[in-house]
Amino acid sequence: MKTIPVATTINGDETEFLCHADESLLDVLRDRLGLTGAKEGCGTGDCGACSVMMNGRLVCSCLVLGVETEGAEIETIEGMAKGDTLHPLQRVFLEEAALQCGICTPGILVAAKALLEKNPDPTDTEVRYWLAGNLCRCTGYDKIIKAVQTAAAEMRGA
Amino acid sequence: MRYVKPESFEAAATLLRDETGISRILAGGTDVLVQLKAEMVEPDLMVDLKHLPGMREIVAEDGGFRIGAAVSGAQLGEHDAVKAMWPGVVEGVELIGSSQVQSRATMAGNLCTGSPAGDAVPAMVTAEAVARVQGPDGVRDVPVIDIPTGPGKNSLNKGEFITSIYLPARPAHAGDCYLRFIPRTEMDIAVSSAAVSLTLDEEGTVTDARIAIGAVAPTVRLVKDAGAALVGAKPDDAAIAAMVRAVEAACSPITDKRGTIEFRTKTAGVLAKRAALIAYGRAGGQL
Ligand SMILES: Cc1cc2nc3c(=O)[nH]c(=O)nc-3n(C[C@H](O)[C@H](O)[C@H](O)COP(=O)(O)OP(=O)(O)OC[C@H]3O[C@@H](n4cnc5c(N)ncnc54)[C@H](O)[C@@H]3O)c2cc1C
Ligand code: FES
Ligand code: FES
Repeated sequence: MKTIPVATTINGDETEFLCHADESLLDVLRDRLGLTGAKEGCGTGDCGACSVMMNGRLVCSCLVLGVETEGAEIETIEGMAKGDTLHPLQRVFLEEAALQCGICTPGILVAAKALLEKNPDPTDTEVRYWLAGNLCRCTGYDKIIKAVQTAAAEMRGA
Repeated sequence: MRYVKPESFEAAATLLRDETGISRILAGGTDVLVQLKAEMVEPDLMVDLKHLPGMREIVAEDGGFRIGAAVSGAQLGEHDAVKAMWPGVVEGVELIGSSQVQSRATMAGNLCTGSPAGDAVPAMVTAEAVARVQGPDGVRDVPVIDIPTGPGKNSLNKGEFITSIYLPARPAHAGDCYLRFIPRTEMDIAVSSAAVSLTLDEEGTVTDARIAIGAVAPTVRLVKDAGAALVGAKPDDAAIAAMVRAVEAACSPITDKRGTIEFRTKTAGVLAKRAALIAYGRAGGQL
């Protein structure tokens, strides 16, 4: 199958890549661009480990074709920290140990950031519903919800 | 697989008509890319129409709204005026999948994919929504109820696709509601579902009622007898009981791992009852 050239913006950088028509954005990010922060848990939209932002909306990159991102703005977990300064969500997840194996963490951080941009002061229930598409096999979720709330409070204060 | 973004609706229709292999439209991709990944459907041609005029727009028209076929669930949910007019339609669409899926999934995709359990479909049916269909020979308007024909099947001809879905104007004193039953609280496929749209007179008597059920037959069903059972009175216990009997009689579900025939039938009736009472309240009715 021939490859198709695609021009897109990833974490603010203009990026060009070649990919096959049936290749997912997740495969493009991981295998062609070396951005391995987004993980593949299922490949079918169920687990959220591959979450990225596309044109300001949270999506599963496994359910987007690479060719669909022509002209799009993509944000991945790699763009979340500013230089050496972690985003408050990233720092609080570490401080409060809201992860164990860490496979779900990049997706959860990207999803949680998207929530807090829309809704800076969510209830626990709102956080749980928003993150219903982000599965975690390790933590039992409580620490994740608490960490999101701690970071949200800090971000509101800041 | 070829991926094509046609320059116009006409070009897309011709392309789809002339394709000899398997073709699919790529809307949100939340069904079609899952099928691709699972190697259930491996299209030769994937046609992306999301860039074409009006596909991502919600436009007021004749007192109702025309929803572009590529409008995502998240985009629809942010539109306060549509939500105020057709809350049941919007709540059905918003039940589809996770936040991530909402960013992409469309009501047109939900309709065309032909799942008997599609959450967007029952309330579109009770809203009497109409799909605008583009084909190689021009444009036609098709009531949403006539699109799905069975699991995974729809009535569109080769080369045809939906460009928008029209939600008509709603009369005064009217309200709708959609409810589904799933074993979890989020992220699951309906075991059964019901949508109800009611219109009342000044006194709160039901003058028009449409009831549709999902996941209990090969396609979503509009149950005319059930609607008729509510017309001419307030939805009191007797009217509701007659409506529930009509709903149960219209069910012909399957038994599978998520529910038995008996369970699906029973819950469809219960959901229709609850949805009717919510729709009645939304229409301004008081019991
Ligand atoms: C994790 C997950 C959870 C889900 N949860 C639910 C749920 O709770 N409830 C539910 O109902 N569904 C659910 N789904 C299924 C899916 O998200 C919905 O059916 C969705 O509405 C499909 O829309 P789409 O735009 O993604 O369609 P696509 O996948 O892009 O297309 C689906 C089909 O429709 C056809 N099509 C698309 N647009 C058009 C058009 N304009 N004209 C003609 N044909 C067209 C395509 O050819 C294809 O066959 C879920 C899916 C995932 C991955
Ligand atoms: S890998 Fe994309 S949702 Fe699981
Ligand atoms: S920390 Fe292991 S899956 Fe969430």
